[in-house]
Amino acid sequence: MTTTTLSGRRGARWIMKILSTLGTVAVTFLGLLIVTFLIGRVVPVDPVLSVVGDRATQAQYDAAYQALGLDKPLIQQFWIWLMNVFQGDLGTSNLTTRPIAEDIARVFPATLELATVSIILGTAIGIPLGVWAAVRQGKLVDQIVRVVGLVGYSAPVFWLGLMGLLLFYFKMGLISGPGRIDLSYEYDFTPVTGLFLIDTAMQGAWGAFANVFSHIILPASLLGYLSLAYISRMTRSFMLNELGQEYIITARVKGVPEWRIIWGQALRNAAVPLVTVVALSYASLLEGSVLTETVFAWPGLGQYLTNSLQNADMNAVLGGTLVIGAIFVGLNMLSDLLYTLLDARTRNRK
Amino acid sequence: MSTTRAWLLSDAPLSRRQAKLGQAYRTWLGFRSNGLAMFGLLIVVVLVLLALFAPWLAPHDPLTGDLNTTRLLPPLTEGYWLGTDDQGRDILSRLIYGSRITLAVVALVAILATPLGLLIGTSAGYFGGWVDTVLMRFTDIVLAFPKLILALAFVAALGPGIENAIIAIAITAWPPYARLARAETLTIRNSDFIAATKLQGASSARIIWKHVVPLCMSSIIVRVTLDMAGIILTAAGLGFLGLGAQPPQPEWGAMIAGGRNFLIDYWWVATMPGIAIFVVSLGFNLLGDGLRDVLDPKGQK
Repeated sequence: MTTTTLSGRRGARWIMKILSTLGTVAVTFLGLLIVTFLIGRVVPVDPVLSVVGDRATQAQYDAAYQALGLDKPLIQQFWIWLMNVFQGDLGTSNLTTRPIAEDIARVFPATLELATVSIILGTAIGIPLGVWAAVRQGKLVDQIVRVVGLVGYSAPVFWLGLMGLLLFYFKMGLISGPGRIDLSYEYDFTPVTGLFLIDTAMQGAWGAFANVFSHIILPASLLGYLSLAYISRMTRSFMLNELGQEYIITARVKGVPEWRIIWGQALRNAAVPLVTVVALSYASLLEGSVLTETVFAWPGLGQYLTNSLQNADMNAVLGGTLVIGAIFVGLNMLSDLLYTLLDARTRNRK
Repeated sequence: MSTTRAWLLSDAPLSRRQAKLGQAYRTWLGFRSNGLAMFGLLIVVVLVLLALFAPWLAPHDPLTGDLNTTRLLPPLTEGYWLGTDDQGRDILSRLIYGSRITLAVVALVAILATPLGLLIGTSAGYFGGWVDTVLMRFTDIVLAFPKLILALAFVAALGPGIENAIIAIAITAWPPYARLARAETLTIRNSDFIAATKLQGASSARIIWKHVVPLCMSSIIVRVTLDMAGIILTAAGLGFLGLGAQPPQPEWGAMIAGGRNFLIDYWWVATMPGIAIFVVSLGFNLLGDGLRDVLDPKGQK
């Protein structure tokens, strides 16, 4: 009887936590929408002129002014814009003359593929490296991991990209250059998911697969390195924290093999905060992709954003900002939620 | 010399000033024993000196070059040790002048963002209640935004230029300081000395400014120093995209963008500014790590 009420109360607390997280998500999204809308309003470019051109008569100008809803109060304009956004209408790009939502859907898989390969690299190397550094604290490995992290925090990613291209593409010819795929391979397969590595592999177009791989390897290693710097540093500090706990001493006294203590027990406990770290660095990869994609002419969201910026295509800039911002906020909140779900201790406390 | 040292390290300081200086000296001794941190400090000091004495240190004009004779000279050419760019300008001189822009960005962002973060954080922590809820919810919202993207959108709206880049970076930089200041304020809000000051009739503003803020400063300084590398990288990124400092200003990120077009044959034009950015942000990172060790031992992660 008592146990059911206890677990019932625990469940209620848990639901409260999820509800309050969802509330935060809603407020944050609203904030994102307001900020994006306001940024769009302070632009010194006259939105009417970009529609009618500068040779329009006053009557044409006024008609367009009303059609854009600029004569209405700001709060009403925001409401109209908000309704459009919720219906998936982000406006039309002046540059491509297509709906921005369509443009973004077209370029998004490229960014997704790059970010995903990067995070796989960063996690697969970063976590073991961090564990190793924690186990051999103060030794050579630890120092190397520290230097790797410092370089990752200090070097400008776009410059590293240029240097990588110079060295591995222009000088050594080991990899393919900018872009996602060479023109000659583009018709060897039909894009289904938009993730070229998966598409080519599914359709058995191995020549194209190799070409896609040689294009993605450098930008993905670069972004992966940045997340590796962060993930290995955090893994190290979580592991040091776990290895100092009493249950580790108990396990040692009982004669549990050291590798099992480290990889089985300590890492399993460190894994909970690590999930949030990986989610956060996945989100920050989206951001890092803006500069990386520019350097590598990678036809993704980041390049779309910078292209629109350079052509003063404000609608597209705001649409891109909104989408990247929404994914970023979503992943942030998801990592918060995952932490609550996974860590039994945060559930029982309070 | 040794008497000054003894005076500083005295166990029984005779005045408040002696105690304060002694404290500072002990902190310095702790900092000095950290080799990497000293290296970081050295880099930052060199950066400041370069920025201050740029006109005397730079061997050539940073803005105009000789298009006929000195175009795209390789590094280690006599008189042009880091080579020249496509406009015949000496890269070393441009880097030296560029240190002024880098330093200005870092300093101005710190000057704009730190007081804002302190004000919001200490007010939220001190007043509590709905003030705390509103201010911190707002902080969390800004914190949840992707910084570079937000800065990009701001610069796009305000127009490209170094001033707008600084404003945009400052707008995205303050939330961590607010959170930190709030946490520190919460730990001291209920202490006796605050209650005593309140009983003496001090206003909230006076208590926050005179008693709460000074106690938050050391952790804020550490955090700001650690953020400086990120600020430099963001500013350079904006410059690289053509949204920060405009040509012909010798901003390091913009210099890399300029050298990008002839990367294959004239590698040094894009390489040298990148090394400068890397060294300076490394310096701030090492300095911040060292400061954290001596000023904020509990904040280590």
